[in-house]
Amino acid sequence: MTVEKILTWFYACKTTDVPENGGVCVKYNDEQIALFHFTRRNEWYATQNECPHRQQMALSRGMIGSQNGEPKVACPFHKRTFSLITGECLSDDECSIKTYEVKIEDGNVFIAVEE
Amino acid sequence: MKIVVIGNGMVGYKFCEKLVAKQSNQHKIVVFGEEIRPAYDRVHLSEFFAGKSADDLLMATADWYSENNIQLLLSDPIIHIDRANKKITSHHGLVEDYDILVLATGSAAFVPPIPGVEKQGVFIYRTIEDLELMTAYAKKAKTGAVIGGGLLGLEAAKAMLDLGIVDTQVIEFAPRLMPRQIDDAGSKILQHKLESLGLTIHTNKNTSAILGDDRITGMQFTDDTQIDVDMLVISAGIKPRDELAKQAGLAVGPRGGIMVNEQLQTSDENIYAIGECALYNNMIYGLVAPGYEMADVVVAKLTGGEKTFTGFDMSTKLKLIGVDVASFGNPFVASNEGRAIVLEDTHKGIYKRINISNDGKELLGGILIGDADAYNMLLQTCKSKVVLPPNPEDIILGSRGGSEASEGAGVASLPDDALICSCEAITKGMICSSVTDAACETVDAIKKCTKAGTGCGGCVPMIKDLMVHTMKTQGKYVRNVLCEHFDYSRQELFDLVKLKELKTYDEVLNELGKGDGCELCKPPVASILASLWNELILAKGNDTAQDSNDRFLANIQKGGTYSVVPRIPGGEITPDKLIVIGSVAKKYNLYTKITGGQRIDLFGAHLTDLPNIWQELIDAGFESGHAYGKSLRTVKSCVGSTWCRFGLHDSVSFAIEIEERYRGLRSPHKLKSGVSGCIRECAEAKSKDFGIIATEKGWNLFVCGNGGSKPQHALLLASDIDSETCIKYIDRFLMFYVKTADPLTRTATWLNKMEGGIDYLRNVVVNDSLGMAAQWETEMKLHVATYECEWKAAIETPEIRKRFSHFVNAPEEKDPTVKFDEMREMKKAKEWK
Ligand code: SRM
Ligand SMILES: Cc1cc2nc3c(=O)[nH]c(=O)nc-3n(C[C@H](O)[C@H](O)[C@H](O)COP(=O)(O)OP(=O)(O)OC[C@H]3O[C@@H](n4cnc5c(N)ncnc54)[C@H](O)[C@@H]3O)c2cc1C
Ligand code: SF4
Ligand code: FES
Repeated sequence: MTVEKILTWFYACKTTDVPENGGVCVKYNDEQIALFHFTRRNEWYATQNECPHRQQMALSRGMIGSQNGEPKVACPFHKRTFSLITGECLSDDECSIKTYEVKIEDGNVFIAVEE
Repeated sequence: MKIVVIGNGMVGYKFCEKLVAKQSNQHKIVVFGEEIRPAYDRVHLSEFFAGKSADDLLMATADWYSENNIQLLLSDPIIHIDRANKKITSHHGLVEDYDILVLATGSAAFVPPIPGVEKQGVFIYRTIEDLELMTAYAKKAKTGAVIGGGLLGLEAAKAMLDLGIVDTQVIEFAPRLMPRQIDDAGSKILQHKLESLGLTIHTNKNTSAILGDDRITGMQFTDDTQIDVDMLVISAGIKPRDELAKQAGLAVGPRGGIMVNEQLQTSDENIYAIGECALYNNMIYGLVAPGYEMADVVVAKLTGGEKTFTGFDMSTKLKLIGVDVASFGNPFVASNEGRAIVLEDTHKGIYKRINISNDGKELLGGILIGDADAYNMLLQTCKSKVVLPPNPEDIILGSRGGSEASEGAGVASLPDDALICSCEAITKGMICSSVTDAACETVDAIKKCTKAGTGCGGCVPMIKDLMVHTMKTQGKYVRNVLCEHFDYSRQELFDLVKLKELKTYDEVLNELGKGDGCELCKPPVASILASLWNELILAKGNDTAQDSNDRFLANIQKGGTYSVVPRIPGGEITPDKLIVIGSVAKKYNLYTKITGGQRIDLFGAHLTDLPNIWQELIDAGFESGHAYGKSLRTVKSCVGSTWCRFGLHDSVSFAIEIEERYRGLRSPHKLKSGVSGCIRECAEAKSKDFGIIATEKGWNLFVCGNGGSKPQHALLLASDIDSETCIKYIDRFLMFYVKTADPLTRTATWLNKMEGGIDYLRNVVVNDSLGMAAQWETEMKLHVATYECEWKAAIETPEIRKRFSHFVNAPEEKDPTVKFDEMREMKKAKEWK
């Protein structure tokens, strides 16, 4: 049996609100979501904003890039890096982060959250 | 076969890890641990005080055990072994049968029977819980003491200092510190160093009672003296945990420890003992590396291999921050066995002793205090019995005159079986073949492939040397490239970017690199672009390539707030400007502190407040201090001839001129300077990247000094020059550095790696041997002419100003997770976990 996740899409911001190849933080109720526009790859990603290493709300201010093709974000505090696709920590650590689906419609960015 | 392990400490864990790696799933493994959490890194326990959490210290998470089919039962010590029926019983009443039982019960702190040890405020130093209890108690304590001046005792004493107990005393019973590792002369130097850290040391002191009613208030010694203390840590040695073995009738030593043979078998052939509970050849090995070796021997035996344990080297290096202490091989050689060569520099606090065989060929052991950089090399020379050079004193003095031995020659002379990483038992041969056979060409790759360097990390520099050496012998040209996206060094990239006139990060990546970039190449490329074109660093396209601190023009602090550092050239400031800083700090509730660089730092600003704060500062005539940038920080000055009775020239005016000339210049690392008005050097100019000291006839210019972790004094570049020449030389010097240094390399390190050293540099800067002087001076003129305050530009550009909000969809709201605590009438960042 597969359990269907019920996803709700909410409007986050305009595509132009997000810096090229960078991130912003989106507020959804009490949740903080880091949204990234990987302009170079023409891709959008969203993850939790909190870095699990020292529980800092900072990933949206991190630098994005890739490691062997895998898109990643580096936390500005101690440079732990996380895959933007799986949320897995790439700096051989144990912690991982939550990721969210993103879609773009007419220049508007939507993020999917589980209800 | 069912294997039951009692004890989930460092060695018990390592046993599981090695067993799983050898033969997954063939054995059923059950582990019982007494502590509440899975095995953690006890060796680095003290880092708990430096901010590491219990989770950071874990050797592996609980999930690791279940993923590898290991049943882990924590908080449940074993209380009984029934050898006849091969069964054990736990405290909670669980009964497990076993085919093979492994005892890895470790040791406990030895607490001498001093009257009063049970009082509150008396601690031992072994588990995370001990540290948590100490942390809580230390809040109320002002004075502290440690019984025991050995390795662990000194570590505990440093921990007390870190806990804020500034008055901490060490009580050692023996006539010297670390009596088992170092000699009297070494102990004296060490004692001196520790006293300069703030510790008080007593040797030859024997505690007779711990005073106080319920809680400790003081200590009484056998020489009839007393001291007052609020808190005590006992670190007088270890006691193997052999109580379970004893009760099961296994043979134990007269002074404790479970007796084992070369296979680590106890007197019952189905029961093994490993780690600190095992007694081999009348010896308890109180270090982690021998424990790991024991685990390896038992795993080999259980998986059909052949290995034996025949003792282990007990060389150690103390981890105390700020004091290097190491002892290896046999540190005290008797006069008939060999002779000692000693270097003692009481001024610098360095003591080095090497013991060599009577024929002068072999290194038997030694002691290093104050400077233990040579530890790895000497340890290997000693263990591998490498034949010593004809003048063995060279190995501690460095060769003087004649041909200088290069560093690489050091690792090359080691035999293949030299143990490089003793935590993981990895030899030179294994590391070299990971380079040749498994094509590991980065230290990280070698770490992943061999596990070398993943324990205490002390061998990492040597791994790097070996890697470079092996690659060179393979005929590989070892390139110093930025990262996987650029096949160029910073210097090559600098020239190419200039030649091709590339202006944005993406252009550089398209033209010269591959992939999408990363946090390793973005900041250096952004810095090259800034140095070359001097455009606004937050211009579109380059903003997100800047290191996060540059992107927000402020340094991120604990908790996610930022610091604000206005430039205060030369440290000179008017009363009116001081008032502005004070009122801005008050309005935005900022913590204020005078920095080590003669200016004022305002901490705890919300991202959203940054533009408003800077608006007010700029309106009052301030500008960015670039505290976040790899660029000029401060030019410190002393008061100089305007007031000082010794001043030769006006050092403040010159410092201001220098600071305003080079402000905003982007460079491979930060730049600092200082100007002193006379030889008394109150501005500490000689510890700066470039420093200027007044002489009767003009200025002396010094370059490439550094504070930081490896301090180094600046060297004289030119003497008795006038202000104009001085500035000309600095222009050239800085441009040469900006163009040729690797990323994050300070001028001192840059010079240390430069062939020909200061003489070469002087030739380039003063005699213009490269013919670049005119061009560099013109480029610097352009920099000066185009300088603009970044913060001014940021607040005036709506597009940029908009970026300073925490929530893109609620720009007015501050990050609700930011929390502060109060301290001395101001605030501080909430402690992180
Ligand atoms: C604020 C200050 C400490 C203080 O309260 O006094 C400070 C604070 C920091 N220093 Fe420093 N250093 C401060 C003076 C120094 C000094 C003393 C000096 O400049 O005279 C030194 C030694 C001198 C030297 O650099 O050679 C110093 C050597 C370092 C180093 C080691 C550099 C090295 O070459 O080894 C780092 C680490 C780095 O840059 O990689 C560092 C890094 C830092 C960072 C940036 C750490 C970080 O990444 O957050 C701190 C940022 C605080 C902030 O947000 O403003 N800080 N730091 C001082 C600011 C001076 C200023 O007005 O700009
Ligand atoms: C502060 C500190 C600093 C150190 N620094 C260094 C260093 O720099 N270099 C170095 O080489 N070594 C160092 N050591 C020593 C190193 O930590 C030990 O050598 C290592 O931990 C030994 O591992 P072990 O598994 O034998 O024992 P432990 O790590 O002590 O593990 C034994 C475990 O068994 C459990 N146990 C005991 N009895 C039972 C039972 N009946 N049932 C179930 N569980 C039981 C214990 O609770 C414990 O968790 C340091 C130690 C300390 C405390
Ligand atoms: S020495 Fe510098 S980097 Fe270290 S804690 Fe102090 S301010 Fe921070
Ligand atoms: S808080 Fe993110 S790496 Fe430390």
